[in-house]
Amino acid sequence: MPVRQKMAEQKPEERIKNFNEVALGYTAKEAAIEASRCLECKKPKCVEGCPVNIDIPGFISQIKVGNLDEAVKVLKESNALPAVCGRVCPQEEQCEKRCVLGKKNQPVAIGRLERFCADYEREKGVPIPKKPTPTGKKVAVVGSGPAGLTAAADLAKAGHAVTIFEALHEIGGVLVYGIPEFRLPKVIVKEEVEYIKHLGVDIKVNYVIGRIKTLDYLRKEFDAVFIGTGAGLPKFMGIEGENLNGVYSANEFLTRVNLMKAYKFPEYDTPIKKGHHVVVVGGGNVAMDAARCALRLGADEVSIVYRRSDEEMPARREEIEHAREEGIVFRLLTNPVRILSGDNNEVVGVECIKMELGEPDDSGRRRPVAIKGSEFVVEADIVIIAIGTSPNPVIFADSKELEITPWGTIIVDEETMMTSVNGVCAGGDAVTGAATVISAMGAGKKAAVTINKYITEGKSTKD
Amino acid sequence: MPYRILEKRELVPNTYLMKIEAQDVAKAAKAGQFIILRIDERGERIPLTIADYDPNEGHVTIIFQIMGKTTKQLSKMSEGDSIEDFAGPLGTPSDIEKLGTVILVGGGVGIAPIYPQARAYREAGNYVISIIGARSADLLILEDEMAAVSDELYVATDDGSKGHHGFVTDIVKEILDSGRDIARIVVIGPPIMMKVAAGVTKPYGVETIVSLNPIMIDGTGMCGGCRVSVGGEAKFACIDGPEFDASKVDFDLLMSRLSLYHSEEKKSAEEYEHRCCEGECKCR
Repeated sequence: MPVRQKMAEQKPEERIKNFNEVALGYTAKEAAIEASRCLECKKPKCVEGCPVNIDIPGFISQIKVGNLDEAVKVLKESNALPAVCGRVCPQEEQCEKRCVLGKKNQPVAIGRLERFCADYEREKGVPIPKKPTPTGKKVAVVGSGPAGLTAAADLAKAGHAVTIFEALHEIGGVLVYGIPEFRLPKVIVKEEVEYIKHLGVDIKVNYVIGRIKTLDYLRKEFDAVFIGTGAGLPKFMGIEGENLNGVYSANEFLTRVNLMKAYKFPEYDTPIKKGHHVVVVGGGNVAMDAARCALRLGADEVSIVYRRSDEEMPARREEIEHAREEGIVFRLLTNPVRILSGDNNEVVGVECIKMELGEPDDSGRRRPVAIKGSEFVVEADIVIIAIGTSPNPVIFADSKELEITPWGTIIVDEETMMTSVNGVCAGGDAVTGAATVISAMGAGKKAAVTINKYITEGKSTKD
Repeated sequence: MPYRILEKRELVPNTYLMKIEAQDVAKAAKAGQFIILRIDERGERIPLTIADYDPNEGHVTIIFQIMGKTTKQLSKMSEGDSIEDFAGPLGTPSDIEKLGTVILVGGGVGIAPIYPQARAYREAGNYVISIIGARSADLLILEDEMAAVSDELYVATDDGSKGHHGFVTDIVKEILDSGRDIARIVVIGPPIMMKVAAGVTKPYGVETIVSLNPIMIDGTGMCGGCRVSVGGEAKFACIDGPEFDASKVDFDLLMSRLSLYHSEEKKSAEEYEHRCCEGECKCR
């Protein structure tokens, strides 16, 4: 059997000077070889590992026989955003983790093959989908991130008139404001959105639900509502110095770079502080994204400060490796204590303390404990806090019936995604707290099934 | 969906009024709220407080002073042109109820957001005392409009060219010293003016509210760039505000954070001027 095919990448020393995509995708030959490794299991474990249950052996077998159009069709039956998922899904935790080849060997590169198919279709020109017969039912989708786009696509395919309400000026949610260009080119998100528009979905940008229209209004005007507003509220650490000039939430830093294109300032109007010594606090994908953006903006040194060890970092291995290759410094088992100020309220450094791992905590990971007297200062003029987000309460401003947890996430029936309000489903980070693109898409799909049933049969699946 | 400029007027030098066609924003808007606009694809998102709104006609009024590149570019647009993005209403509306006598203080372009508040306080049955100020008489905006919605109107100018020679806060102090029963004071203007006002009213124990204008991007709580310190706690002006209890606001922090991008703003404005002179825009 051939070995797992590597995917070409921009060299680290080149890519740190640009925002172009790092991974370059398979050639047709590489894809064919990689596809040939799939055993086409009778009971494919990989499909069970996929939150949207893509028929993985189904699409790979079509690549084997060279029928790429059919491969794309199989993919799109269960996934409206294959070019996105092929790039940002943590396949190593999902489909590829379950691949039987992985037991003795390396698993089939399912994500890379998915990306290959989606890119093939895009280069060729995505065929315009036929509009289904209208049912006369109206559905409102609040938020245009992965959960909302998926729910909208599935509901539009079922013939319902779908309107997406997006708070920002661009469609895509975290795909456009959060994930950087070098990991997910924005033109790809645009094309996937075009596909959804062709399905007949009406899109309203600059609509902050909870302010311009209330949830109650949407319930009256539409037959059903899906809430996919994400987890957009940045968390801070609550340490001294977080309001100094030069301290950003990862959300703000990434939004300036990705959505507002601050890396092209002054060609684009939105500025950003570039910094010489940048410290990013956190160990997730968002921390990696922020660090790598800061490097590309021209910082001399970018370091990640994370309180646990390498093993516990929640970011994808691939992203950690990419960051290391690019020269990001990892200060592990290190925790910020306070941010130090210069004379003009600006950041000059971060006082950190060394940590060691103690007994496992509730999450099963070993709890980091500060080592007394080990404080030291890291020089910094920019500090980016990437320790997580929580759901945005604005949407609920006028809806008292919607039940939420003390952490601000929306309570749903996990089978149906129905909230405490009949006819209103929710999914994605707004329900789970910060998670992955694909789990949000899975939730959007489930919710679309529920909503479809609810409006065509006139009842909740709970009944 | 682009948003059309229905009317444009230069109120005083460098300060413009625009009526923007935005049906749903106009229907939902309340006093104290703001909008965020982006002129075009390359534009920055800037927050502006709503100066007026007409739910029947479907338009929202903004008043802005030329400060940097975006406001300069906006000032060069004409009636009939369109703005790419106009999101709103944002922020928590003012909590307006019948309280008795209320003082409304507006400084400079801050008179614009004070106007709908004065109107709303009066409609709620309050006795409205308005105090408006500017550097000089020729920079004073909305005097007639303010007179129409106030029971008493006072004017102050820094150079004495109109009304009281001095600051708006001098008049506030005078009224408070006179022993009149004041239920609430609302102050909107440059941060330094709001800071001074907070200091003036504090000894009297009269509830004083300010509307803050920190740097913002999304206006929905997502970026946290607009965080301000209120009573020692970090608050997001876009969702927790923009109005806060003046006695608790750390104005020095606000002013320091507002100055963060001064050098970039200057660069952006210069580049824009340069492009202008090469004939790429409509400045001539």
